[in-house]
Amino acid sequence: MRAVGHIAVNVFKESVRDKVLYNLVVFAVLLIAMSYLIGELTAGQDLKIIKDLGLAAISIFGLAIAVFIGIGLVWKEVEKRSIYTLLSKPIGRAEFVLGKYCGLVLTLLINVGVMTISFYAVVAYIDWVSTPLVRASWPAPAADPAMLKAIGLIMIELMIVTAIALFFSTFSSPFLSAVFTIGLWVVGQFGQDLREFGAVVNSSTAATMARGLSYVLPDFAAFDVKAQVVHGQAVPISYVALTSAYGVAYLALLLAGAVVVFSRRDFK
Amino acid sequence: MDAIRTEGLTKHYTVGFWRRRPYVALDDVTLHVGQGEVFGFLGPNGAGKTTTLKLLMQLIYPTAGRAEILGRPAGDVDVKRRIGYLPEQPYFYDYLSAEEVLDYFGALCGQSAADRRARIAGLLDEVGIGAERRLPLRKFSKGMLQRVGIAQALVNDPEVVFLDEPMSGLDPLGRREIRHLILRLRDRGCTVFFSSHVLSDAEALCSRVGILVAGKLATSGTLSDLALNLRGWELVVSGLSEDALAQARSRGHVTSATPLSDARYALELPLTPPPEDVLSGLMAQGARLVSLNPLRDTLEDVFVRQVGSTPVRQAAEPT
Repeated sequence: MRAVGHIAVNVFKESVRDKVLYNLVVFAVLLIAMSYLIGELTAGQDLKIIKDLGLAAISIFGLAIAVFIGIGLVWKEVEKRSIYTLLSKPIGRAEFVLGKYCGLVLTLLINVGVMTISFYAVVAYIDWVSTPLVRASWPAPAADPAMLKAIGLIMIELMIVTAIALFFSTFSSPFLSAVFTIGLWVVGQFGQDLREFGAVVNSSTAATMARGLSYVLPDFAAFDVKAQVVHGQAVPISYVALTSAYGVAYLALLLAGAVVVFSRRDFK
Repeated sequence: MDAIRTEGLTKHYTVGFWRRRPYVALDDVTLHVGQGEVFGFLGPNGAGKTTTLKLLMQLIYPTAGRAEILGRPAGDVDVKRRIGYLPEQPYFYDYLSAEEVLDYFGALCGQSAADRRARIAGLLDEVGIGAERRLPLRKFSKGMLQRVGIAQALVNDPEVVFLDEPMSGLDPLGRREIRHLILRLRDRGCTVFFSSHVLSDAEALCSRVGILVAGKLATSGTLSDLALNLRGWELVVSGLSEDALAQARSRGHVTSATPLSDARYALELPLTPPPEDVLSGLMAQGARLVSLNPLRDTLEDVFVRQVGSTPVRQAAEPT
């Protein structure tokens, strides 16, 4: 499994040398700064808006990195034929797939980490400049550690999105992979609605199908606890652990599928 | 134990979008290459040379037959530690430098950082990459990338090296350097399997060759096995009169005559009578000897014969 580490580091090195990645980080930091400015213009609600925008920015920019780098991870190696040299080295095809995945997860982890630090710096600054009276009106402290639960679940969600993008990247073009990945992400936001579809339709077949589909598709809505932490509502650690376990199981299945597809491929 | 062994290696592809039909890329190829041999794998474009190499690297899977390297199935991870491969028109990560690419591949081969440092500098010197080794590969020419490709194939000091068109993109000096490199590999006991269009390279380097035509192995063997026979002589003379040339032609001593500069002629002589008899007759009529060389079949002649006599590729039986 040492090869997985070497391949992952190479993916990370590519991301670091890719200027698009820097731009995404800069944009994320800029957005957090913008949220601070908006907060300045909105009396009384500034912290809540900053938290909303900050967490959303971490999620959206992470999603952009996961999708747009993930869809090219395997495809680019095949298209540019660098895969020929790589697979002639003493590595298995499964190690290649896992190395690529770990490399992008490492990239995401560092990006989300940088965005989180910037975000906490902004809210800590607001905390520092606010009067005790203003602080007392907040539903939760400014630099509330509970926000890390939301960011942790965002990270797990991004890891699933990366696994989906990688899975499609093993057999499909970047365009189709992007369409499938984003499509699944959007549908995955409505898992609960699919499960409750029976309440709004008369057809029991449609209701059963929708319910079945909700169990097969990733339930991304479960990873979204942003509103709860912003409003100071408790998010039990058991919920975070259970949702994370679901996420890890789901991405493990996706990676297993990617390995199976990739292992059978001919590189003409 | 053979270094490389294929038995009935066959690869069919399916082609066409609306009307899917099978296409035979490689048909029942059986090859044995001994350890320490330099084996030239020759054939026209589309003959199946790259397909064979990809099967040996398990980049594609065979439809039938099997391939072994050093007594183990092709694609075996342990075997891959002992081999090197240069793909046709190699591409590497253009954001890395030559040193970084070799370091990456060396690490994948399980070499320690100290071993890699020690080996990479010497290897880049050997393939003629100088100070530019620290530049990103996006700044490299095609020939320079080919040199990096050869270096990466040797990064693990392999026992068997597969080179797909190793001379491609190289200038004459580069070709000579790579020829010398292949000979050094041979002298170290390394088995070299290379595909090429350049028959003079194969003649200069190979202990054996195989000629692949339309997916089938048309022939294989040592250069002498392939009947590179003496078929006459080339005599170059000066001061030869028109009358003397006409007489020699009428007796059947000269099969063709090509006028050269400075009143010289290049004459093609048959195997009999002996060339010294023809030469003495011509000299008696005022001709002077410039040079005399044997005319042998070249690998190119064998190649052209094989390519010309092999039927076009057949469609596969549906599987």
